[in-house]
Amino acid sequence: MPRFIERAEVQKLAGRTRLVEVLPAREFEKNHLPGAINLPLRQLETLARHTLDPARPVVVYCWDSA
Amino acid sequence: MDYVDGKLDWVAAGLPTEGKDAGKPTAGSIARHDSPTCELSESLGEVKKRVRATGWDSCVVINSEQVVLGTLGKKELTGDPELSIERAMRSGPSTYRPFVPIGEMAHELVDRDLPIAPVTTSDGRLVGLLKREDALRAFHEGRAHRRDDSAAMAS
Repeated sequence: MPRFIERAEVQKLAGRTRLVEVLPAREFEKNHLPGAINLPLRQLETLARHTLDPARPVVVYCWDSA
Repeated sequence: MDYVDGKLDWVAAGLPTEGKDAGKPTAGSIARHDSPTCELSESLGEVKKRVRATGWDSCVVINSEQVVLGTLGKKELTGDPELSIERAMRSGPSTYRPFVPIGEMAHELVDRDLPIAPVTTSDGRLVGLLKREDALRAFHEGRAHRRDDSAAMAS
């Protein structure tokens, strides 16, 4: 079960976590959080296996909670 | 971990982003964050006094969760001071998300003849108030910068 975090904690954890935007690539290219990588939701499972370091905590985000 | 409020929350807070649109003016970056607010339970008379004292001529009506319920523009503020805010306000105004490019906002405000537009999160919480004059100024400044850049590249 993922833990929900707020903006202040995202900022506090900067550099110690891998930030992952799960929106489509065209949204990511327009703008994204500093240092984030893009793993679009549809390809998340496949890409995550090859891209993410299991030892490093991950913070995922999309547009909002809606 | 899940940053559940996401990119919209980050942009609404005015924090930096990366990417090809990073740094371009948007509804959220140009909106004013110091606009007066009021609640339904107040009277128009007391709100009008407070709004005038801050040098504004408009006010956003919100609830205790900062959700936008309506607006009071110049016209609404001149109403009967005894009126409740609920009766005086323009209810259910169109609201805009912080990431909307300022050019789109300028066109929208001109086309719909709106002097102000509340900028909100997707669940309706107030981020700021965008004035048409601010949107037009930012849009024209952006165009002027792009012309200067093109001229510099051509020379």
